[in-house]
Amino acid sequence: MPDPMNAHNARDVTLGDYLAARGVSRRAFLKFASALASLMALPPAMGPAMAQAMAQAKRPSVLWFPFQECTGCLESITRSHTPTIEGMIFDMISLDYQETLMAAAGHQSEAARETAMKENAGKYLLLIDGSVATGLDGAYSTIGGQTNLSWLTEAAKNAAAIIAIGTCAAFGGIPKANPNPTGARAVSDIIKDKPVVNIPGCPPIPVVITGVLAHFLTFGSLPELDPLGRPKAFYGETIHDRCYRRPFYDQGRFAKTFDDEGARNGWCLYELGCKGPVTYNSCATVKWDGGTSFPIQSGHPCLSCSEPDFWDKGSFYKPLSVGQWGNATTLGGAAAVGIAVGAAAAYSARRRQDKIVKGE
Amino acid sequence: MDLLTLARGPGLYWAVTIFVIGVLWKLVGIILLRAKRDLSEPRNPGTWRGLRLILTRSWPRREFLQRTAFTEVLGYTFHIGFFLALLFYLPHVLFFEDIFKAVLGVNFQRLFGVPWPYFSGGVIYFFGAVSVAALIAVLIHRIASPVKRLISNFDDYFSWFVTTAPLATGMLAYSHVGAPYQTLIAVHLLSVELLLVWFPFGKLMHAFTVFLSRGTQGLQFERKGATL
Repeated sequence: MPDPMNAHNARDVTLGDYLAARGVSRRAFLKFASALASLMALPPAMGPAMAQAMAQAKRPSVLWFPFQECTGCLESITRSHTPTIEGMIFDMISLDYQETLMAAAGHQSEAARETAMKENAGKYLLLIDGSVATGLDGAYSTIGGQTNLSWLTEAAKNAAAIIAIGTCAAFGGIPKANPNPTGARAVSDIIKDKPVVNIPGCPPIPVVITGVLAHFLTFGSLPELDPLGRPKAFYGETIHDRCYRRPFYDQGRFAKTFDDEGARNGWCLYELGCKGPVTYNSCATVKWDGGTSFPIQSGHPCLSCSEPDFWDKGSFYKPLSVGQWGNATTLGGAAAVGIAVGAAAAYSARRRQDKIVKGE
Repeated sequence: MDLLTLARGPGLYWAVTIFVIGVLWKLVGIILLRAKRDLSEPRNPGTWRGLRLILTRSWPRREFLQRTAFTEVLGYTFHIGFFLALLFYLPHVLFFEDIFKAVLGVNFQRLFGVPWPYFSGGVIYFFGAVSVAALIAVLIHRIASPVKRLISNFDDYFSWFVTTAPLATGMLAYSHVGAPYQTLIAVHLLSVELLLVWFPFGKLMHAFTVFLSRGTQGLQFERKGATL
C-alpha cells in the first residue's frame, strides 16, 4: 500500500487511508459524512454509505482557475475557521492547480496545469472562481499571456464537470455589473456542453463547496440542481424562509434604523433593505465561521449576494418593496405632460363645440 | 434582466409615469371642458351646499335599499379591503413613504409626528381574502343578472380583472404558493403595473371622477332648487 502521507503517490491512496494517517478517527469521519448527508437532504441511511464511499474513493484531480476574482472565495474555504474535516477533504482531492495555494510559479505552474489536464483527461474537476472576460477576445484578463477565455474553453473540453465557485463565476458577479467594461460573463454563459454546477455567494459557504465535492466523490455524479444550476440541497429555500427573525416579520416588528430599539431587540431587517425574501442560500441554516453566525444574525440585512446581478438591483439599504419608480423630477415631468395633454384635449373639444355652434 | 428586476425597475417606472400622465390628462381634460350655459334663473345662487351630494350619493336611498343592498355591501367590502391592503401593509407603506419623501422632501413621520400605521401580514391577508371573495361575488352577480350582463362591456370585465389580480397575486406572494417567491412578487408587481396603466383609460378612473361628477351634479341640482 502506498504511503498515504507521501505527496507523490497520494493520488493513489483512498480518502479513508489518508484521513486515518492524518489522525482522523472513523467516528469523526462518520459524523462528518452524516452531517453532510443531512445538509444535502439525503436520507439518514446515506450518512454511513457516504462515509464508506468517500473512504474508498481515490483522489480526483482538481484544477482551480482564478479568473476575474478577488480571492474571497478561496479565503472563504481556506481561512474560514480552524482546520476541519472539510479542510481535510480539500487535502484529499488532488488540487493540481491553484495559483494562490501552489508553491510553483511561472512556467512550473503552467507545466503542472498542462500535465494534470493531459494525465486526467475526461476525469478532472474544473473549479472556476471569477468571471470570464470576453471583451477584446478576452484580453482584459490573462494569465501567462493567455486569456481566461481560452483557458476555460480548452480545459472544459476534457473536464468531467465544472464547478463555478462564487457569484462572479456563477453569474458574472461584480465584474459584470454595469457598465461591465470587460464584457464579463458567467462560466455557464460560455460552456454549454458540460455540466456546470453554480455555487454562488460572495463568498460561498465553505461547506457547500465541500458538499458538492463529497457528492461527486460518493456518487460519481453532481447533486440535483435548481434552474440556475445551484445544488437544491443548499439553495432550495430562501434566507427569509429559514431566518430566525422571520416571526418578527410575521408579527410586523421591524428595526427602523441600525441602532433603534428594534435593532437591539433583533427584529426583522426588512425595512433596512434585507433581500432575504428573494435570496436562495443556506446562510440562515448552515451559517458561517463554523456555524457561529451569518449577516442577519450580526444585525445587517442580506445583500442577496448569491443571486444573479445583485450589484445592479438598486440600493442594498432600500426595502425590497421600494421599486425604482423614478424620482420627484420624473413625476413632475409626467405631471406636466399630463396637464399639457389634458389642456390640449380640452382646447380641441372646445374648437369642435365652436364649429358645431357655427354650423360649420 | 430577470422578471423581478424588470418589474421593480423599468416596468414600475413606466407604469407610474403613464399613470400620472393619464390621470392628469383625463382630469384636466374634463375640468377644462366648456360647461353648458344655464340660462335659467338660479334658485339658490352662490351656495356650495350642492357638494353634499358627494356624501349623500355614497349611501343607498332607503327606497332602493332592498334592491341594492347586495351590491352596496359587497362594493363597500371590496373597496375598504382593497384600500386597507394597499395602504396599511408594511411593504406597501415603505413604497408610498419613499414616494412621499421624494415628492415632499420630508418623511411622513417627521411631517405628521406619527409613523405611517400598518397591520401585520396576517391581518392584511385576511382583508385581501375578504376583498377577493367580494370581487368574485360581484362578478358572478354581474354575469348572472341579465340587465347587468347586457350593459357590461370589456372595460367592466377588464377593470375587474386588473383590480382582482394584484390582490390575488399579493396573497399568493405572501403565502409563497405556486412558484418561487421572486416570481410571485414579480407577477404581483406586474399586475399592479397593469392596473396603473389601465387605470386612467378605463372605468377605474371613477376613483377620481366620481367625486368630481357628483360635486358638479350637486351644484347643478342646488342651482335648480332640487331636493338633495
